[in-house]
This record gives sequence, structure tokens and C-alpha cells, in this order.
Amino acid sequence: MTTPLLRLTGINKSFGPIDVLHDISLEVNRGEVLCLLGDNGAGKSTLIKILSGVHKPTSGRMEMDGKSVEFGSPRDASDHGIATVHQFGGTFPLMSIGRSFFVGAEPTRRWGPLTIYDRKRANEIAVTEMRQLGITRIDDGDRLVGGLSGGERQALAIARAVHFGASVLILDEPTAALGVKEAAHVLRIVLQARRKGIAVIFITHNVVHALTVGDHFAVLIRGSKAADFRKGEKSREAITDLMAGGEQMAELEAEIERFSATNDGHAPRDGEHP
Amino acid sequence: MTSQAHDQPAVVATAPPAPHSSMPSIGSLVRRPEVGSLIGMIAVLVFFSIFGGANFMSAGGSASWLNVASELGIIALPVGLLMIAGHLDLSVGSMIPASSMTIAIISGHYDLPIIVGILAALSLGLAVGFISGVLVIRTKVPSFVVTLATLFALAGLTLGLSIILSGSTSVALKSGPVAKLVFGDYLGGKFQVTLFWWIAIVLIVGFILNFSRFGNWILAMGGDAVSARNAGIPTDRVTIALFMSSGLCAAFVGMSQAILYNSAQVAAGQSFIFNSIIAVVIGGVLLTGGYGSVVGIVLGTLTFAIVNQGIFYTGFDANWASLIIGVLLLAAVLMNNTFRTMALTYSPRAKPRARS
Repeated sequence: MTTPLLRLTGINKSFGPIDVLHDISLEVNRGEVLCLLGDNGAGKSTLIKILSGVHKPTSGRMEMDGKSVEFGSPRDASDHGIATVHQFGGTFPLMSIGRSFFVGAEPTRRWGPLTIYDRKRANEIAVTEMRQLGITRIDDGDRLVGGLSGGERQALAIARAVHFGASVLILDEPTAALGVKEAAHVLRIVLQARRKGIAVIFITHNVVHALTVGDHFAVLIRGSKAADFRKGEKSREAITDLMAGGEQMAELEAEIERFSATNDGHAPRDGEHP
Repeated sequence: MTSQAHDQPAVVATAPPAPHSSMPSIGSLVRRPEVGSLIGMIAVLVFFSIFGGANFMSAGGSASWLNVASELGIIALPVGLLMIAGHLDLSVGSMIPASSMTIAIISGHYDLPIIVGILAALSLGLAVGFISGVLVIRTKVPSFVVTLATLFALAGLTLGLSIILSGSTSVALKSGPVAKLVFGDYLGGKFQVTLFWWIAIVLIVGFILNFSRFGNWILAMGGDAVSARNAGIPTDRVTIALFMSSGLCAAFVGMSQAILYNSAQVAAGQSFIFNSIIAVVIGGVLLTGGYGSVVGIVLGTLTFAIVNQGIFYTGFDANWASLIIGVLLLAAVLMNNTFRTMALTYSPRAKPRARS
């Protein structure tokens, strides 16, 4: 087995007295999709923020290519090839596609004695990169990002990450706000990124989407890793149960059943509470 | 279904992007953010040409609003850049008299060479802008509040120091012919030389916003400051530079006014605070940042100046000018919103879809 591209060992994170993450260990390989599953508040966001350099872990070890790394800032993480794409993708809705694609890394050309922003090249590259990901509707890099659909914005953000040589792509709930068709397209783009040898960390609470693209799954429950399995090792029902905290769900169901039996399915009147 | 989706080859369109047509279509024109401000400016121009009579469009009449526009425009441009970057600068209102008094006291009261006064006034603008910028990035207090503070602090400082140094709130300034010609003269007896400075600054700011990387950073910062910083933009440096440029331009206007009128007053320039914001907003800049254009700011400035001066050429009572500006501002903002929405929802003509 080769060294994983990104390895987390015993990551803990607490904010003051509150433990948010407890002893998280994960491995992500090149050309693999790791699905990070978990309910709201399970610690997914905190884990992403640690990976993308926003927070520092309280303790634990992060390695890339077997070498220990520490990210002081988001910039630091992206210099290490970690790109994070958030739910709403393009964050500059009123900028043109070309400008938004190259924010902070604008291509320039000489114009007489001056160095100017190369709008034509920026637009061309942005449009071409989006085409590579199957977004064919866009042929004008001067269009505003705000005019793109949710899926297209995701594609733009992913295309940007791929273009700038990301080796780890973190996708934070990329399909959560999308319709069925758009979500399917984004999943296809995820697979394309994977084929390019990028390690993808796919955060979602949609088990179907996760099973479609994932090679490797980790379930977070209240800040701890509750399960870690590979594709095909668990059924969809088992994963859903796990995410919802299985036993609790069963308890709730039993309670509802008991309740229905005693009240003929009606709500209790005041004072009648068992 | 899982394995199936896995092996499915993704359809990749590799066709090159369609060549851009060189002729701008009506659609692409409507998508320009400036269209709203252009319509507004033409409307007020037509209105005052009709009601203002022949005088309004004569050389003298045009000069009266172009002169107002040039002084306002020199300040509105950097203020507009700041607004695109998501900030406000109210301190320009005190910067103008502060810079006027600086040059008048140094070169008028103390009789030092005019160049010393000019440099001191401009340096003061840079310094105040630097302080505002540093305060904004260090304290994270909204720039509205920070520059409101610097507005009052600077006004107090100007008044206090003027009294201590010159014993008066109004100081006379005699500048030589060269300084007069360059900064404060009327060409043909009518047009202020600041007009040429305005044109120069329009070109510089236009270049910065449209053709430099710095311009892209300004737009990105106004769109989302956190993402902009994460993308590697030196947001602190950009913020300070923008505040320094608005301080410099306000100081320039104050300095040139002192040379033009041969004197400086402590209480001048407060009208520029709101007037610059109005001009910028009429010009289609989004108050919350992230959107705007230099052409729009220029059009907004002209619109404001036309209304401000045009009223005197009509038979109406000049007291109504503010009412018109108020209504105009609201109408312009609503129109700009409409055009911005059109720009956002625009989608290219339907094409045969490459994939099902």
C-alpha cells in the first residue's frame, strides 16, 4: 500500500471547554473519493475548517505524502494543494466568470509600458475549463457568476481548483442546494476530478449521493468517527441508520408506536399526558 | 446503482469556445451596469435643456455644471472605488477644508513657497487616509463609523489649529501664476482647470479598475472579503491604499479650491460627503460593494452636477433642487437594481444542447 496523500491521526479539536472533534483519524488517497457523512452538528464543518487551514487542531497530526504539515492559514492550506469548495460555489456573484475564476492569480500581459489584466485569456481559460467539466451552456467569460445555476457555480469552483493544481479537493455539501439533475451533474464532475488523480473529500448528508461517488466512507457522530468502511461494505439502510444514530431512531419509532396504540393515533388532550 | 454510475464515462465537451462577436449586441449593451446611469443623465440633461433655456447649454451654462462635476468627480472616483471594495469614506468632508487651510496657512499666513503648501496639503490627505485605513483593518469597526470619527476629529483639529496658528477661521492665499495655472484657474474665463485633472483621474481610476489586477482585487473584496483574503489578495494593503487615495483626492480638491479662490475657510466641503456618495450611487455602484464601474461614476457625477446647477437656469425656485436630487437618487437606485438583475439573469440564446 502506498502512502496516503493526506493522513489525519488522532485529531482533537476543542473550543474552550467544548470538545468538537474527538480522536479523528482518516486517510485519503489519490484518485479516491472519501465521503464524510454525518448529521448537522456532527463536526463535519470543523473538520473541513481544520483541513482547509481555518482552524488549527488542538492536538493530533496531519500528514501530506507522509510529511507532517501544519496550516497557519487558508492560504497555507491552498499552497499545499488543498482546495475547498463551499456549498454556494462562486462567492463573487457580481463578478464576471473570467475575473472570478482568476481572483488573486490574474493573468496579465504587457500593454506598452504597463502590465494589464488579460481579460481575453482569463475568459478563454475559464470557459474552456468549465467545458472540460461538461458545462457547455457557458460560452462568454464576461457573464456574471450570479447568473449561473447552482450546479454551474459548483462546476466553476471545482474547475478553478483543478486548474490551479489542487491535489485535495474538499467539497462541502456541493449537492445540498441543487435539484436532482444538477446534483447528478455535480456528481459526474466529482468523478472526473477523481479520474484526474485528485483526492476528493465529499461532505454530504445525502447517503444516495455519497454511495454514488464514494470509494471510502467515514461517518461522524457527535465529533467522533463512528464508522469507517469502504465501498460495498455497508448497505444504504445501515448507513442511514448509523448517521441518524441508529438506536435512538429505533427508540423513537417504538415510542411513536406505543403512543399511537394508546391514543388511537390522536394527539393527547391536556392533562392526559402519560 | 452505485457501480453503474462509477463506470459511466462522463461526457466531456472539448469543442473550443464559440468566437466572440466583435459587434456588441443590444443584449450586451443592456447588460452593462452603466445603462441605468446613462439613461438618468440623458433624462436630466434633456429636462434642463428644455426648461433651462438657451443659457443652460451655452458655454457659460455648461461650465457651471462641468466645474461642479469636476470637483465632485475627483472625489467621487476614489470614494466609488472604496464603495466597490465595500467601504465608505465620510472623512472627505473634513479633508477638503483641512487641506485648504493647510496650504493657506503654510503658503499664505507663513508665506512659505507654494510648493511646500501643496505638498503638505497632499501629504495630509495621504496621512489621514492611512490612519482611516489602518483603523478600519485593525479595529474591524465598519468604515462608516471610523470615517465618521475621523470626519469630526479632523474638523475639530482644523478649526483648533487654524485659530492657534493664524488666529482666524479664514486665511488668504496668494499663489504664483504657475500654481494658479496648474491648479486653480478658469480657462476662457469659464472652465476650471480641475476639469483636466478630473479627466486624468478618470483615466487612471478606469485603468486601475478595468485593466489592472488591483481592480480585480477591489471587486473581489467588495464581493466577499473573506474569500478574497483566502484567494491570496492582500486585502489590508488594498484597503489602506484605497483610503489613502480618497484622502489624497479630497486633499487635492481642497488645495485647488484654496488656490482658485485665493483663500481658505474652516467650514467648507461638508456637502461633498453626501454629494460624492449620491454621485457614486446614481452611477450604479452597489452600496454594499462588489459592483460598479468608472463610467457609471462619471455619469452619476454629471447627473448630480446638472441637477444641482441646472435648477438655476430654470424659472423654478432653487430650493427645489434637493427635492429633485432626492427623487432622482431613489429612481436611479431602483433603475440600477433593475439593470443589475437583468445582467444577472441574462442567458445566452438557446443552443442545441451537447448532452441530454
